[in-house]
Order: sequence, then C-alpha cells, then structure tokens
Amino acid sequence: MFFFFLRRLALTIPTFIALMFVTFVAIRLVPGDPVEVRVGERGISPERLAYFRKEMGLDQPIWKQFLDYVWQLLHGDFGTSVVTNEKILKEFLALFPATIELSLFAILFATLIGIPAGVIAAVNRGKLFDHVLMGSALTGYSMPIFWWGLVLIMLVSEKMGLTPVSGRIDLVKYYFEPVTGFMLIDSLLSDQKGAFLSVLHHMALPTIVLGTVPLATTARMTRSSMLEVLGEDYVRTARAKGLPPSRVIGLHALRNALIPVITVIGLQIGGLMAGAVLTETIFSWPGVGKWLIESIFRRDYPALQGGIMLISMIVIFINLLVDMLYGAVNPRIRHAH
Amino acid sequence: MRTETLPPETTQAAIPAPPSPARAFWLAFSENRGAVVAMGILIVIALAAIFAELVAPHSPTEQFRQFSKVPPFWMEGGSWRFLLGTDDLGRDILSRLIHGARVSLAIGVTVAVVSVLIGVVLGLVAAFQRGIIDTVIMRSMDLLIAIPGLVLAILIIAVIGPSLTNTIVAVTVVSLPRYVRLVRASALSELGREYVIAARVAGVGKLRLMFVTVLPNCLSPVIVQAALGLSEAILEAAALGFLGLGAQPPLAEWGAMVGDGREFMRSNPWIVTFPGLAILITVISINLMGDGLRDALDPKLRRT
Repeated sequence: MFFFFLRRLALTIPTFIALMFVTFVAIRLVPGDPVEVRVGERGISPERLAYFRKEMGLDQPIWKQFLDYVWQLLHGDFGTSVVTNEKILKEFLALFPATIELSLFAILFATLIGIPAGVIAAVNRGKLFDHVLMGSALTGYSMPIFWWGLVLIMLVSEKMGLTPVSGRIDLVKYYFEPVTGFMLIDSLLSDQKGAFLSVLHHMALPTIVLGTVPLATTARMTRSSMLEVLGEDYVRTARAKGLPPSRVIGLHALRNALIPVITVIGLQIGGLMAGAVLTETIFSWPGVGKWLIESIFRRDYPALQGGIMLISMIVIFINLLVDMLYGAVNPRIRHAH
Repeated sequence: MRTETLPPETTQAAIPAPPSPARAFWLAFSENRGAVVAMGILIVIALAAIFAELVAPHSPTEQFRQFSKVPPFWMEGGSWRFLLGTDDLGRDILSRLIHGARVSLAIGVTVAVVSVLIGVVLGLVAAFQRGIIDTVIMRSMDLLIAIPGLVLAILIIAVIGPSLTNTIVAVTVVSLPRYVRLVRASALSELGREYVIAARVAGVGKLRLMFVTVLPNCLSPVIVQAALGLSEAILEAAALGFLGLGAQPPLAEWGAMVGDGREFMRSNPWIVTFPGLAILITVISINLMGDGLRDALDPKLRRT
C-alpha cells in the first residue's frame, strides 16, 4: 500500500513540472509587452523600461526566468496581481472557501439524491420511475448549466420569489467579519439570528445548478452498476436464503455497486471547478471561478497564471486522494500495475 | 422467424445470408427508438444549418430598429413576422437560432474530426513506439487532463484571443487526451493478437501495420467517443460564448446569445430562453444518438 502511494505520488511530479512550464510559456505568449501591461504606461522611456525589465527579471535569459518562476512557486509565491498589487495566493485563499462551500454542497446534493434515485430505478427497471429518471438524467447531463442557472433565476427567484438572485447572504440584514471564510460556519459564529438560514437560502439555487450534471451522472452510474450487481450469484444466494429485499438491496448489492460510483464522483471534481466558473459568474458568487473570469477581462495575467496553477494543483491533489482511497478500498487496483 | 413463412422444402436452403455490415449496423441501431428519433431531430437541425439562408425568414444580423424586443407570436404583442420574437437590437431570434445551428454544429464537428485525427495518430504512435516518445505523449495528456476542461480552454483563449477559430482550437486541445488514451489503450490490447503477429511475420511495414492492420479494430470505441465528444464540444464552445470568450458579435452563436440576452432576462425572458433550449435539444439528441451508436457498434460497452 505504501509503495502504491509513493508510486502514485511520484507520477504527479512530471505533471507538476509540465504545468509550471505551460503556465510560464502561456503568459509569455500573451500579446503585448509585459512591462507595458504591468506598469500601464504607453511610450515608456528607455531608462524606465530598462529599470522595470530588471526589476521584473525580464533581462535574464529565458531558462533563468523559468527557474526563478519554479523557485518562487516552490516557495509558495504565485505572483502578484497587477490590478490590486496583492499576492495572488492571498487573494485566492480569501475566495477559495466560497468555492469549496458551493462545491461540497453540490456534491452532497448529487450524492444524496443521485444514489437513492439510481437504486430505486434499478430495482424498478423498466417501470415508470425508471423511465422518468433516465429521461431526467439524460436532460441533466446535456444541460448547458449557464442557461439552466438563468432559467432557475427567472422561474424560482423572479416569478415565484422563493430564493435570492445572487450573493452569499442578505447583506442588508446581516454583517460580520469573515473568520473561516465558510459562510455557514461564520454565520453560526456571528450569533446573529437568522444569518445561518439566510446563507442556506442563498445557497439553494447555486447548489442545484452546480449539482445538476454530477446528479445526473451519479444517478445513471448507480443505476447501471446496481443492475449489474443485482444479477450476481451472491445476490441470488442472499435472496435464496430468504433475506428481506431491503437487506439484499441495501446491504449485499448496494455495497458492491457503490465502488464504481465513488470513482465517478471523484472524477467529477475537475468538472466541478469548470462548473464553478459558470455558476459563480451567474450568481455573483464571490469564489475563485468568478475571480478567474474577471482577471481575464481586467487583463490581470499574473492572477490568471497563478489562479490556473493553483486550481490545477488542487484538482491533481484531489484526484490523487481519490486514487488512494480507491486503492485502499479495492485491492485489485493496487496490484494492477 | 422468417423460416416459418417459407414452405417446408425450402427451409434447408433458406438460411438467410448474413446482412451486410451497414445493414447489420442499422438493424442494431434502429432497435433503440430514442436514438432514431434523436437522429431525425439532428438531421432537421443539420439541414436547417446547411440551408440557413433559404430557411431563415430574415438575415441573422439585420436590425429591425422599430421592432426591438418583440415577444414570440403566441404572447401578447407578438407578431407572425417574428415567430420567436426579436432581441434588444431588433434582430429576429428564429433566424439567429437557425444560423447559430451552423456555428454550433460546425464547431462540434470540426472539433470531433480534428481531435479524432490527431488523437488517432498520437495514440498509435505512443502504442507502437513505446519508450520515451510514449512517455512524452502520455504525460502531456495527463497534464491536459489535470487542468479542468473549461479552465484550460479559458487559459488558451486568454493567450490566443477570443474568436470562432480560437474556440475550435481551445476545445480541440481540451478534448484531445481522451482520444489519445483511448486509441493507445485499444491499440496496445490489439498488439498481442495473432493477426497482428501474423502480419508482422509476413513482413508488413510499420505504417501499414499501424493504420491498415490495427487501426480498423480500434475504431468502434473511437467513433462512440467522437459522438459523445461532439455534444461536449458544443456545450464547451457555448459556455465560452456565454462568457464572452467565444464567437464574437455580431456572429449568431447560441452561447453568446444567452450571454447577451442576460441583462434582459427579467423583462424579455424569450431572448435568453430560446438559444438555451436550442443548445439543450441539440445536445440531448446527440447524446441519445451516441448511446444508440454505442449499443450498435460495441456490444461490449452496451448498457445493462
């Protein structure tokens, strides 16, 4: 197990190096002189140009610049925003809890509804519920979620007046300094009555929007995995022993059917980050996805570079974690290579 | 079944000839009614896209200034002249949708074709060369997979600038790794088979071995993946368009239409509703047809 862990960890190192290389090259390919972009002056004098080139390390040979970049990254320096002059890591970490909170809720939403729905559909194969669920799942994973978010805002927020249109909390009624950055925890810590409910209320629509594709995928995967398992000998044995159906399905079948489902949920993490970009943009959710898009339009290339580096590192790390968990649960994977 | 209707003396001779591959495929495909319906819808959309100039009632960019934000014909104030209403600039939404089908399908098909071609070449090379070339190709693909799809596309667009062509480039890069991995894996599993060894012993050259001997046997999963990849490419391109990073105005692109209509979604919801519906219907149809293709082409992958 330990060696499996080490080997898997070692495999990510070339990916990291390549990632650093790609972000380094990409930012140099952006049209426009980096000094002008950074300083914001046009027709800059040669002396000032030379000064800034030296200060930004642009007078160094390119391989030295790359090594410097790697050195900085290894020391946790992801660059400085040209718009706010803040360290990018600091900005990212301030916004990241909002994205985590939303993504966690989306995954919970997808899992808590998707797995039971998939099981019920598998058990009632070919009946009405099965058809309705498979139809909805097909619609769900075909959904352009940016449009789905707008439709839900139009229907649920505007027409029915049930949920707020944007933001994380009712700022008119509640205000508190962020402690953890997680609104649900902060609102509880603030001791303001109703703040927690207001946060939940604001999370409802974004959670549904971000969770729709994972929900559809989880339900489909659970259904097909469950159908496969229900045909296995040990399920038939359990039935023949006279165990009640709830026990056969819930214990014998579901436990084995869940292994591929867990992998699929793990594989959704990357997709969640992409979905977060769209969901946060629609709901003005102050997370890293919205920030990433805004930095493009502000031409804040260091922020874009650092942000993509950080997001990718997190996705690689989570995928590694999922692999480990999977290896721990399923020995066949551990010994496959 | 057929033998029952035949006179008894001919039954021996009447074992039907095996259907041709195309017919066998169609028999298997048409078993799935949903897939056939989806294919019908897609054919209609594709025809509308190809003959957009003939089908669309108006030009997609013509601005009827005095008819700005006209609702669809069944709503109060709507008119038969603009069946699905007009947008904020007075452009006919139906005409823009029809021309937008051309953009979306062109993006999807181009991305699918180009990534299949590059994916097949890279995947086969990786499988046949092994060693350092294999490692470089596969590690690069790992990298592309590590960056979430849309985020990678955004990075590429930030570097090369937003346009229709660049959307295609960005989405192709994003979808490439899947094909490379798929082709490499299926080629590797074919390499040990007897027919490949036989071809090798017979002295078949490497290129012929790659593209003529092995490739046809790896194609089924690639075709299925391409069908499903088509829908993902359309969704991703639309998302880029929505963010303002895809096709640029005044080009009618479905995602950009949703993005542009966003500020009017409270007062004039139809401007946002129809382009999104167009994306949804197209993508559902492609996915349904992809499922049918998978069942017909690759019984191993068949859903339980």
